[in-house]
Amino acid sequence: MTTFPREPKTARCARALTKIQELAQGIFGGDCRSIARAITIVENNLSEAKDLIAAIYPHTGKAQIIGLTGPGGAGKSTLAEKIIREYRRRGKTVGVVAVDPTSPFTGGAFLGDRIRMQELCMDEGVFIRSMATRNYSGGIAKATKDAVKILDAAGKDIVLVETVGAGQSEVDIIRVAQTVIVVHAPGMGDEIQAIKAGIMEIGDIFVVNKADRENANKAVTDIQAILQLNNEENKWKPPVLKTIALTGEGVPELLGKIEEHRQFAEKELKHEKSREKAESELVEAITEEVTSSIVEDLKKEGKLDELLQKILEKEIDPASAAEKLLKEKLKRN
Amino acid sequence: MFEKEKIEEVKQERGRWEQTTLQNWLRQTRERKGEFHDHSGIAIKRVYTPEDIKNMDYMQDLGFPGEYPFTRGVHATMYRGRLWTMRMFAGFGTAANTNKRFKYLLKEGESGLSTAFDYPTIMGYDSDHPMAMGEVGICGVAISSLRDMEVLFSGIPLNQVTTSMTINGPAPMLLAMYVAVGDKEGVPREELGGTTQNDNLKEFFAQKLCIFPPKASVKLTTDIIEYCARHLPRWNPVSISGYHIREAGATALQELAFTLYDGISYVESTLERGLKVDDFAPRLSFFFASHNDFCEEIAKFRAARRIWAKVMKERFHTKNPRSMWMRMHIQTSGCTLTAQQPLNNIIRTTIQALAAAYGGTQSLHTNSFDEALALPSEEAVRVALRTQQIVAHESGITHTVDPMAGSFYIEALTNEMEEKAFEYFRKIDDMGGAITAIEKGFFQKEITDSAFKYQREIDEKKRTVVGVNEYATEEDHPIELLRVDPKVEEDQLASLQKLRKERDQRKAQEILGKLHYAAEKDENLMPLMIDAVKAYATLGEITDVLKKVYGEYKELIVI
Amino acid sequence: MRSGRKIRVLIAKPGLDSHDRGAKVVARALRDGGMEVIYTGLRQTPEQIAETALQEDVDVIGLSILSGAHRTLFPRIMELLKQKGMNDVMVFAGGIIPGEDVPEIKKCGIKEVFGPGTTTETIVTYVFDNVPKRA
Repeated sequence: MTTFPREPKTARCARALTKIQELAQGIFGGDCRSIARAITIVENNLSEAKDLIAAIYPHTGKAQIIGLTGPGGAGKSTLAEKIIREYRRRGKTVGVVAVDPTSPFTGGAFLGDRIRMQELCMDEGVFIRSMATRNYSGGIAKATKDAVKILDAAGKDIVLVETVGAGQSEVDIIRVAQTVIVVHAPGMGDEIQAIKAGIMEIGDIFVVNKADRENANKAVTDIQAILQLNNEENKWKPPVLKTIALTGEGVPELLGKIEEHRQFAEKELKHEKSREKAESELVEAITEEVTSSIVEDLKKEGKLDELLQKILEKEIDPASAAEKLLKEKLKRN
Repeated sequence: MFEKEKIEEVKQERGRWEQTTLQNWLRQTRERKGEFHDHSGIAIKRVYTPEDIKNMDYMQDLGFPGEYPFTRGVHATMYRGRLWTMRMFAGFGTAANTNKRFKYLLKEGESGLSTAFDYPTIMGYDSDHPMAMGEVGICGVAISSLRDMEVLFSGIPLNQVTTSMTINGPAPMLLAMYVAVGDKEGVPREELGGTTQNDNLKEFFAQKLCIFPPKASVKLTTDIIEYCARHLPRWNPVSISGYHIREAGATALQELAFTLYDGISYVESTLERGLKVDDFAPRLSFFFASHNDFCEEIAKFRAARRIWAKVMKERFHTKNPRSMWMRMHIQTSGCTLTAQQPLNNIIRTTIQALAAAYGGTQSLHTNSFDEALALPSEEAVRVALRTQQIVAHESGITHTVDPMAGSFYIEALTNEMEEKAFEYFRKIDDMGGAITAIEKGFFQKEITDSAFKYQREIDEKKRTVVGVNEYATEEDHPIELLRVDPKVEEDQLASLQKLRKERDQRKAQEILGKLHYAAEKDENLMPLMIDAVKAYATLGEITDVLKKVYGEYKELIVI
Repeated sequence: MRSGRKIRVLIAKPGLDSHDRGAKVVARALRDGGMEVIYTGLRQTPEQIAETALQEDVDVIGLSILSGAHRTLFPRIMELLKQKGMNDVMVFAGGIIPGEDVPEIKKCGIKEVFGPGTTTETIVTYVFDNVPKRA
């Protein structure tokens, strides 16, 4: 077997940086391949991910980020397609991140949201990416946020994030968005009650889709009743709209409400919400840094193994062990 | 049918047999498997006895052929009077190519025509549509206009043959063309005989050739049922299909239940038009697969007849016995054919054809041995036809009606399939009917789960496929495959261009406009369809008008 | 928490062929094997398939076709992938593809053709063993 002389580390780093810079340039130019490659990098949390985000971060903040969530069967993807079409009609470019759950048993995922949007696949002003939750603890929210940043930096006017509102990670994902739309449909049983409390609280606009069905009006009043309980002064009062995604009915009005919310948020909430978001991202980033660097070090130094044995023999509990390790580590630093 | 004491005696004896003869035998020879199941997952017993059918009543559950509940057959003498129609599915290339194949098959002894259309035609595209590229005439005949239809049936007297057309979304257009050809030949419309598959419901979860959304599709199906009831008395407006459901991966039970439920849905949709059930029900026909499990298939066909008779009598209150007849066409199963050792497929097709004959079918298509590789060659299709002829004339099973009746196994299985099918009906009724079930992905999930399970069984060798996962051989005997001449697409495009130049453009546009208006008004579109095709409006042009009114269907994917 | 790469596969049905039983069984098997599977439904044009592969940055494409139209559609798809610079994607095919067509299909860049009777395990293993390594 032939071996090749290894490139010196500095040369490799330099090459990697050039690759990142090239990729970033491609993203700024709206090049699809660069966007796609970049999303893969952040999704897999590869070593270049940090550098990539650093390179593109200054170019973010221009896109309007909309979240679309709700129980399966409500017609979210069909509605998403109509929303995209309407934005395109108004001359806006759209990036879509469609999130589907990873199987906790196999680690695989079936990503099928894009089917409903496939006709838009050939529209140059639309970029669609499917992502799996991959069951990271808090990690998927980061990968999705990074994917959104990439689409933002690529110049998309609108970034639409679509998920099924059925788990904690989905609630996290939706925090990425400036405007959260919760979609429901009548005739789905008692699902109004079943909509997770978290989703009801973060929804900015509620939509009852398949509004041509029986009980559509009842669904609207049911949701309004729940929302009444959360009503406060000077806060945004989430409207409840009706749509028929199959025909597109109600979609222009929905876009109108999205715009209303955007203006409200800019005026009233902008600084507060942006600060909140930035803070949570910073804390998340610190946590990840800490976890990865400190844990890696502790592993390398064999400190984890020492205490593991004690834990197994019930001499010490994990929380106390962690405290002990960190005290030592931080004192030395 | 059996005296209580006799059943008790059998039960005792069975107990004794199990303790002695059976035990002794099992000690020296273990059974090949822990459990034996049929395709529907029903556990098959080692031995069936009168106990298994002890509650059966001959007159109530079986009766005589030609009488309710029709378990034993829809006609009094069945094959003693008339053999099933040997109807071989055929179509490829241009209308001229298929016309030739039609004539060949008629010469070789088939008794009815069956038309396979190419994918563009099935999806309502003209041969020159961008989506048609590379697909024209490849797996069926290309029909873009009445002119093509005229060539297809050139030299074939429509008052002497019956023709089945496997067409769903564009069924109104193709039926209109057939009627127009009949008009030109001078055949009175009342004499035109044949079938349009026209079963749009199953497209949404099985064959997937959907053009329009569910409600519009059912509307078009019902247009044809209504039109035929009034104007084409010899035409079977629908062939309510289970074949595709089975091919998509369903079990025999799912095939049975979902097909019959589709039938229930069409009866309901037609009743909503104001027709009386006996006005149209006699012409509803069915289409099933005949798969590998010989006994299960026979039970399925018999159960189907009895279930339909009960449904028509008790749910729809038919008075005319003909409304309770389930007339069926059967095709041997395509998905059981193997590409490896293709000659083995002749045996598979034979077993499946036998099951169809034992099952009392009215019409049968047998697959050719090379169909896992390509469309059938002339030689292969001849062998397939001969298979039917040998079963009909040499096996002796056509000498009596329903030879399997009374078999403890077959009757027990027939009863069980019937019971489970009714359970499915209740479930789907509770869901809100077929369209709601489709929108919820119910059928799709059932089928996809069965398909996956079946493949797993093959992968794990729990299910043997001879020549594939067992008894495989290295050597390959290449067989001569049918290839469609690429020139076909060129020729079609040229002839379409010519047609568009030569027709009265204004007239065609005018009728398309009327069609648009009528569709929006929800009228029965058949009369205008016939006018449109006679003005040489193309299939694609008519489909586009309907798409504008009804929209296009987007598939709900269930994996 | 660091993550590993997941294999991303596009399962596509080019042309008008509507038989999706095999494609769905394979998609499910790949998913059960731990891969991320994008399935875009029936009746995809070569252009849609190539563009989807690009946006989704897939490692592997599986093309399923039973209509006989592979002779026109496969070369077109491979040509489009080449134009988009997607030379590092592994493409395999399945369905009703006569053995005598396989050499020509492989010549246009499709790595393997799986005929009827192939077990899902064979396909899953093949993808694991042959997924292109990325730099």
